[in-house]
Amino acid sequence: MLTEEQQLIQDMARNFANDILKPKAVEREENHEIEESVRRQLAELGFLGMTIDPEWDGAGADYVSYALALMEVAAGDGAVSTMLSVHNAPFLAILDKFASDAQKEKWMKPAARGEFIGCFALTEAHAGSDASALRTRAVKTDGGYIINGSKQFISSARIGGATILFAVTDPEAGKKGLSAFYARNDIKGFNIAGVEEKMGQMASDTCALQFDDMFLPDENLIGKEGQGYGIALSSLETGRIGIASQSVGMAQAAFDYALAYSKERTSFGKPIFEHQAVQFRLADADTKLEAARQLILHAARMKDAGIPCLREAAMAKLFASEIAEEVCSAAIQTLGGYGYLREYPVEKIYRDVRICQIYEGTSDIQKIIIARQMA
Amino acid sequence: MDFQLSEEQIAIQDMARSFAENEMMPYVEEWDEKKIFPVDTLRAAADLGLGGIYSDPDYGGSGLGRLDSVVIFEELAAACPSTAAFLSIHNMASWMVSQFASDTLKSKYLPDMLSMNKIASYCLTEPGSGSDAAALRSTAELDGDEYVLNGSKAFISGAGRSDVYVVMVRTGDEGPKGISCVIVENGTEGLSFGAQERKMGWNSQPTAQVQFDNCRIPVSNRVGNEGDGFKIAMAGLDGGRLNIAACSIGAARASITATIQYMNERKQFGKPLAAFQALQFRLADMATELDAARLMLHRGATSLDNKIPEATKHCAMAKRFATDVGFNVVNEALQLHGGYGYLRDFPLERYLRDLRVHQILEGTNEIMRVIIARAMLQE
Repeated sequence: MLTEEQQLIQDMARNFANDILKPKAVEREENHEIEESVRRQLAELGFLGMTIDPEWDGAGADYVSYALALMEVAAGDGAVSTMLSVHNAPFLAILDKFASDAQKEKWMKPAARGEFIGCFALTEAHAGSDASALRTRAVKTDGGYIINGSKQFISSARIGGATILFAVTDPEAGKKGLSAFYARNDIKGFNIAGVEEKMGQMASDTCALQFDDMFLPDENLIGKEGQGYGIALSSLETGRIGIASQSVGMAQAAFDYALAYSKERTSFGKPIFEHQAVQFRLADADTKLEAARQLILHAARMKDAGIPCLREAAMAKLFASEIAEEVCSAAIQTLGGYGYLREYPVEKIYRDVRICQIYEGTSDIQKIIIARQMA
Repeated sequence: MDFQLSEEQIAIQDMARSFAENEMMPYVEEWDEKKIFPVDTLRAAADLGLGGIYSDPDYGGSGLGRLDSVVIFEELAAACPSTAAFLSIHNMASWMVSQFASDTLKSKYLPDMLSMNKIASYCLTEPGSGSDAAALRSTAELDGDEYVLNGSKAFISGAGRSDVYVVMVRTGDEGPKGISCVIVENGTEGLSFGAQERKMGWNSQPTAQVQFDNCRIPVSNRVGNEGDGFKIAMAGLDGGRLNIAACSIGAARASITATIQYMNERKQFGKPLAAFQALQFRLADMATELDAARLMLHRGATSLDNKIPEATKHCAMAKRFATDVGFNVVNEALQLHGGYGYLRDFPLERYLRDLRVHQILEGTNEIMRVIIARAMLQE
């Protein structure tokens, strides 16, 4: 059962999604852009620093509330939920855990107030699932580091204000030679090499980054040199709870639409909901959604209780993202030819949700993580 | 049963493959991106006899069989499922004229249709009747030696661009036996088109509603007898279903080819993806299921060629299975490409968007199950 506060946050998020996000989801997709007012409104709701302590200007909510809010936002517009998800975790989660008090004061507070959007730059063209094969270099110089290299698939880099990036400080040390840095997206040498054209989530920008002799002062190193790999992996629990929540939110929206449609559309003399095959398909979809939601809330409750939940978060992400695609596909099928048209919302949701099985660790990577827990 | 294509079929396959590689492949991304309907390419295909693959040779058709046809469509779809599928629809509509129309009517339309000087659309579905096609409401009222058409058709491929519309309309009572098949030419007064639909995929062919508002056509434009329309429409769909299934198989095959290359080149954790057993097994499953789908398709085509009583059931089974398998194979291929699979720079997401609708049209896969189950329970 949800607490009163959790319900309140869920309601707030749902209203925001219905009133603000859903009506303009198609427009956002066409413009390939999330309007500035969305960030401002998310900030006012406290969603851009959700689990950060109020001492650091966050909303101080628990992870269950975070998951619930993300589900609702994703039901309104999947692309907005990606921006929100990456900002909260990994971006803010890393600062919360590894930044010094001075860094928190300078970077985390304004980010938790939602004054700008944060990004996370780990993946490179040749290193996706295998994050230990990174090549971006950080070379020590007087008073700081010179960064050179490129990053791939970086969400929100165009709309965002700052990025936590990972670069090799000691090429001989393998995983232990990786370090984490904080960079504002508007500094010299931080270049957006391209914005990708994607199947879905078009409003959420996905960028290729190019760092050309980008200077970062010593104070922009997060944690210590060589801690980068651990930092990159540290926020994965929350990140995965986030993607799982997005998956369920989007799929729930598609399901709700298909259910309503099935009660209105008639064929062979009765509403198609009365056809048993249609009913059974919707029953399966509803069951999958409920199971996924419980996996997510279970992982979030463990996280709230301070219990490690790497396994549970990976399971939630794996299961939720896979059933989400199935549910969205079932929604399209329920609408028949109309499901394939842009005029109806389900084909967009299908395209948007497809990436959930890929980003923040592909389904295969989740399986590796789950298997490791039993090895 | 030798599971081998004949020498002639291999020659046809080579011809279609080379057409797909040279005349389609270089342009497919642009067709999708800019929603270009490649009429010139379609006419070039017709020059090779692909405008009337199994239509009457006396009027310019190629007179080939259904097995030949699915071999051709698999090749074309390996480049562009959407364009190949449109060609299938044209073949379906023109074959209905070839098979069921009077000689006079055939002389009037068929040579131009088979050369694709006149492009044809198939019009059955209406806004209120999709799966339940026999419930269609568009009417054709007899007035002297003319029919007066009223009503609208939905999801019509080629609408607005096609020259000839092969339309199922109600000339009699409710139910399938009150339906007739007629030809309406573009430009006829009272014929108009809705706005172009915006779709998930199938962007290289236009889709729109076709509307009839007191649209007058000569009675001589009727294909077959009054009341035969539904039967003619369903006969057309038997072949259409095979071709659509072939289109799914072609794109799935191309996805597997791309995936093998990617798995050999892409390295993670110090070795190529091809070295990971879990990924090898998925590739093995994709290939096995695709092969099963192709075999089932070739069986359906052979059944239709031999006109055996189970042909309709075999076609429905092949369509259901091959379009599901084709989609799943492409989806797996996309997943194996990771984040790159989601990008427009790679062909997987286009194949995926295109193939999704094959599970819906030419009879949804639910209707395929209705056909199969009905046949079983009546046997």
